[in-house]
Amino acid sequence: MAATMTDIETVATTPQTGEAGADGRGARFIDARGLEKTFKGDGAPVQALRGLDLAVPEGTFLGVMGQSGSGKSTFLSILGGLSHPTAGNISVDGIDLYQLPGERLADFRREYLGFVFQSFNLVPYLTALENVTLPLAVKRMPSAEKRARALAVLERVGLGDRGGHLPGKLSGGEQERVAIARALVNEPPLILADEPTGALDSETTVEVMELFARLHHEGNTIVMVTHNPEIQRYFDRTIVLRDGRLDCELPACGADTPL
Amino acid sequence: MKLRTIAFSNLRRRKARAAFLIVGLLIGVSTVVALLSLTQSLTGKAKATMQSYGANIVITPRSKDVALSYGGVTVGGVAVGARGLREADLARIAAIPARGSISVVAPELVGAVQVKGHRVLLMGVDPAAQFKLKRWWSVDAGRPPAGGRELVAGAAAAQTLHLRMGDYVRINGRRFTVTGILRPTGAQDDQLLIADLPAVQTVLRQPGRLTLIEVAALYSGAPVDEIVKQLSAVLPEAKVTTMQEAVQSRLHAVDEFRGFSYAIVGVVVAIEILVVFLTMMSSVSERTHEIGVFRAIGFRRVHITRLILVEAIAASLIAGVLGYLAGMAITYAVLPVLADGAAVAWAPLLGVAAIALAVLTGALASLYPALRAGKLDPTEALRAL
Repeated sequence: MAATMTDIETVATTPQTGEAGADGRGARFIDARGLEKTFKGDGAPVQALRGLDLAVPEGTFLGVMGQSGSGKSTFLSILGGLSHPTAGNISVDGIDLYQLPGERLADFRREYLGFVFQSFNLVPYLTALENVTLPLAVKRMPSAEKRARALAVLERVGLGDRGGHLPGKLSGGEQERVAIARALVNEPPLILADEPTGALDSETTVEVMELFARLHHEGNTIVMVTHNPEIQRYFDRTIVLRDGRLDCELPACGADTPL
Repeated sequence: MKLRTIAFSNLRRRKARAAFLIVGLLIGVSTVVALLSLTQSLTGKAKATMQSYGANIVITPRSKDVALSYGGVTVGGVAVGARGLREADLARIAAIPARGSISVVAPELVGAVQVKGHRVLLMGVDPAAQFKLKRWWSVDAGRPPAGGRELVAGAAAAQTLHLRMGDYVRINGRRFTVTGILRPTGAQDDQLLIADLPAVQTVLRQPGRLTLIEVAALYSGAPVDEIVKQLSAVLPEAKVTTMQEAVQSRLHAVDEFRGFSYAIVGVVVAIEILVVFLTMMSSVSERTHEIGVFRAIGFRRVHITRLILVEAIAASLIAGVLGYLAGMAITYAVLPVLADGAAVAWAPLLGVAAIALAVLTGALASLYPALRAGKLDPTEALRAL
């Protein structure tokens, strides 16, 4: 059944407990069935996903690994409501994303998702505090409340005193934490992270991953794409993609599985 | 934080781009303002100058019998038995609906008289009206006639009659004192003896009679044709003639200047639209990645479009205000060079129109870039996912 905005609003205002609901939504919080994605460019079509099936319970910290070209980033962009699958469907908390009408998909991204990008993707002319407030900019809410929420999240990631700084004046780790704060400010049920430690040194990587671990313990569902096997210990479930399919799930994968 | 906060932050912190956009618009707006205010000021000056050229309507008796020529213009004739013009007609002229558009009414009585053995033309006038109408009349070391026993002589008449300031002249038994000699005008005025109208009516034995009435209509008032129509209606026995050729050619010159200004304004506005369009297209292209982030965190297409438009409109508003002030400054600097003595015409409406033009131009030129920004594919824009 096609999801409606009412679905989004209802679920968004329901406290997330991390337990499976009576209808089984919690157990299949993310539900991907037969996902396919083919890119048609000037050359031969490229099949990035070839029938991916995946169910992820609410509150999971899921790691997605695999070699370059395995389809993990494509999966994340489909899960993030940014790219339509060629076939199959995917739902989050019972909402079939690509059945949402018109710009409801943008509303879904705003209300349901928090994105953390590999290269931080902070807006260079906005301060850290303004960057964190960004997802609230198009929400009907008093400006003071927006600011208070953004400040609270900035405090939560340990940057309460850096709100007035432009991204260019922050270290890589601080920029990453601002990006995480921006992803959290809407209190989304699902956080998507694409190689969030890819541009960080090992010490900062640990700091950032500890932050993600804390968010996970607070009940957030997190899907993180990474190449880095060292951070695998933070995930409570790790899947490996190969050639657009679910290859295996750690630790069951063989020793020769390319990560 | 609202969308406009993002737009203003972008303008404030990307100063070079914002300055380029604002200066591009400012140059256009100031050029338009300067051209229009100069046109307005020059038109005002031209009208005032034209006003000083004298009559543009001449009223003469309706007759074809005796041609009467004065001032290079054939103004009609005086026929025996024709009713002729009378002083009472002045009151009828003063009562027409378009009387507010008339600046001067100058009645005249002209007749030939014998002075010192020479036949000369004696003209009776209302000195105040006549000297206001004929601003080129200048009395050297003297003054216009005041009262019934004074006259001024045209330069040629004074030479012929050997008249000097303070001389006495007897005309048909009445003694006049010469209070001034007119500077040579190169026209028929040089041949005249000019005195107060009632005195001349007495001397010529034509009490209450007039030869012609010259009327100066304001160029900024009702159309001359309309005034002529109204004068003809109240003076059915008179012939009301406009000096159309002169009027038309002078107004044509002003209109041509105005037309030229409007053409330049059109070109400037077109260039301005192009500058804003290219700047905004380049800005959108430069911010593709950033727009991808906005879309990824839940901005709708309409939010992106609105964001770009708000930026363009804010920059245009600033450019409109500064452009108006710069345009008026240019007018102040240039006007004295173009027309000495012309006053700058301050028009608040022009200010409002300049700001509206800037905002409209900015919004119009940014519409396509803004819509294009809204349609950017977030995945393509991000290239990170």
